[in-house]
Amino acid sequence: MMSLKRLLIGFAGLVVLGLLAFFVLAYEPAIAPITPPPAASFPADLVARGEALAGGGYCTNCHTAKGWGAFAGGYAMQTPFGVIYSTNITPDPQTDIGTWSEAAFARAMRDGVARDGSYLFPAFPYTHFTKLSDDDVQALYAYLMTRAPVQAPPQTNGLPFPLNMRVLQAGWRLLFFHPGRFQPDPARDAAWNRGAYLAQGLSHCGACHTPRNFLGAEKDDDRYAGAPVDEWIAPPLTAANPAPTPWTQGELHAFLRTGVSVLHGTAAGPMTPVVHGLSTVPDEDVQAIAAYFATIDRAAERQAGADAAVARAMSYASLGTGNTVDADARLYTSACASCHYNAGKLPLAARPDLALNTALSLPEPTNLIQVVLRGIGSHEGISGVVMPGFAPGFTDSDVARIAAYLRRTRTSLPPWTDLDQTIASVRRQIDAAR
Amino acid sequence: MTTFSINGRSVTVDVEDDTPLLWVVRDAVGLTGTKFGCGIGLCGACTVHVGGRPTRSCITSVGHVANAEVTTIEGLDPAGQHPLQKAWVALQVPQCGYCQSGQIMQAACLLKDFPTPTDQDIDAVMAGNLCRCMTYIRIRNAIKAAAAELRNGGNHG
Repeated sequence: MMSLKRLLIGFAGLVVLGLLAFFVLAYEPAIAPITPPPAASFPADLVARGEALAGGGYCTNCHTAKGWGAFAGGYAMQTPFGVIYSTNITPDPQTDIGTWSEAAFARAMRDGVARDGSYLFPAFPYTHFTKLSDDDVQALYAYLMTRAPVQAPPQTNGLPFPLNMRVLQAGWRLLFFHPGRFQPDPARDAAWNRGAYLAQGLSHCGACHTPRNFLGAEKDDDRYAGAPVDEWIAPPLTAANPAPTPWTQGELHAFLRTGVSVLHGTAAGPMTPVVHGLSTVPDEDVQAIAAYFATIDRAAERQAGADAAVARAMSYASLGTGNTVDADARLYTSACASCHYNAGKLPLAARPDLALNTALSLPEPTNLIQVVLRGIGSHEGISGVVMPGFAPGFTDSDVARIAAYLRRTRTSLPPWTDLDQTIASVRRQIDAAR
Repeated sequence: MTTFSINGRSVTVDVEDDTPLLWVVRDAVGLTGTKFGCGIGLCGACTVHVGGRPTRSCITSVGHVANAEVTTIEGLDPAGQHPLQKAWVALQVPQCGYCQSGQIMQAACLLKDFPTPTDQDIDAVMAGNLCRCMTYIRIRNAIKAAAAELRNGGNHG
């Protein structure tokens, strides 16, 4: 009996010690508040550099909610764990980072710890921003501290207990957070390393394009393998990308810079703010990101079949254009061909060729359905040009027929099996936003 | 509230974002050359240009054209003398005429993309523009006539 009691006491002691160790490990001190520095105290060129960096990090995309001030937060991020609201990152002393010193800001950006010592949730991609250089963090700080302060108190997150306990993030961090600045690869040139720095750090491409595990952490050994995001698919950025032609540096650059690439199509959905954000970034940086991903997807090795793929796509141009009894072809021709038909050797950028479009080759029909139903606004893809959304005009079965027809006649890939569910699900998302 | 330009003039309209552009063009701006046909983007009668591209205005929400440049049949040529419009008159293309503004707007872009259109090009690009009077043969001839004029130095390339 005595020995069992001792064992229990010993075990309880271990638990207490373990918990103590956990809290010691989890403890981060608060950093003393400061009086907000006057905007004039930041040099203009530093602020300008910060503005370009904030664009390349898409800060405003998550930190601005519709109807709220710029950077005032309140944007709802739907995570598998519950809704998380972005925070106010204007220099308001009461409701946000106005009292944060540069050291406190740098710790939040690169270590995911707020000024008061509490952990930030990894919905904020500090797991990427940890790679940022001191100079870039300083410039971002200067830019944000010179924004118009907006008094906007934080919204209450919709995370259930115990996930809402920030202290538990210590465990998540232990498992999944690899702090540390970007380490250049000496075997690669400066442009590639610049692209890698931006893609892995500031522009946090993996946040959407890398699949996540059941605890919401990016799977390091599956980097850029593609993942679902907000009822869209962030396609693979690796050689596994199924588009008929590889994403070369030129195609990637055109896509990121102009929102459209001739051989792959138009940026839309969650990719729209990426193109907008990168518009503030110097062209050589966009080229660098393109150079980096052109090696990730091994475009050069896969280039051999590209011309044949383009020729094959162009050979599909006449499909459905003459007299036909195929009702699906007629529907496609009536609704789509007037804008998507191409002829000759190469498609026109203003006529996105569906046979070459990445959306048609993905294993999921999601992106094609999103674009058919929603269309593309003037601010997305090619600036000033639109595609109408067919949500009001098409029945679900019309959308399914068009998608199945294109897949059947323009690719040699197996038919999509989940068209009906995906169409219903995208419709629900569109209706919910009304 | 959406602001865009129409035929070179800036307009701001206070309507819901999902209001069809066609309603705004006809009812708010008052340009009635653009017609309502099917209302589901399958007949082409409502075709206008957005950013120079042919667009079915009946299913395009006005929110989607924010800050874009919209051109209607009234703005295609200030004097109504676009080579297509001249060919339309010369060849007496229309019968009832209801579809013609959409046909001409679609064809204008066809000629930009395919300056020497083949029959297949015309069939593919114009197939979404229906003519219930069946004037398709004359439409095709007018497109070819306009293409020839443009190639010979017409000023609407």
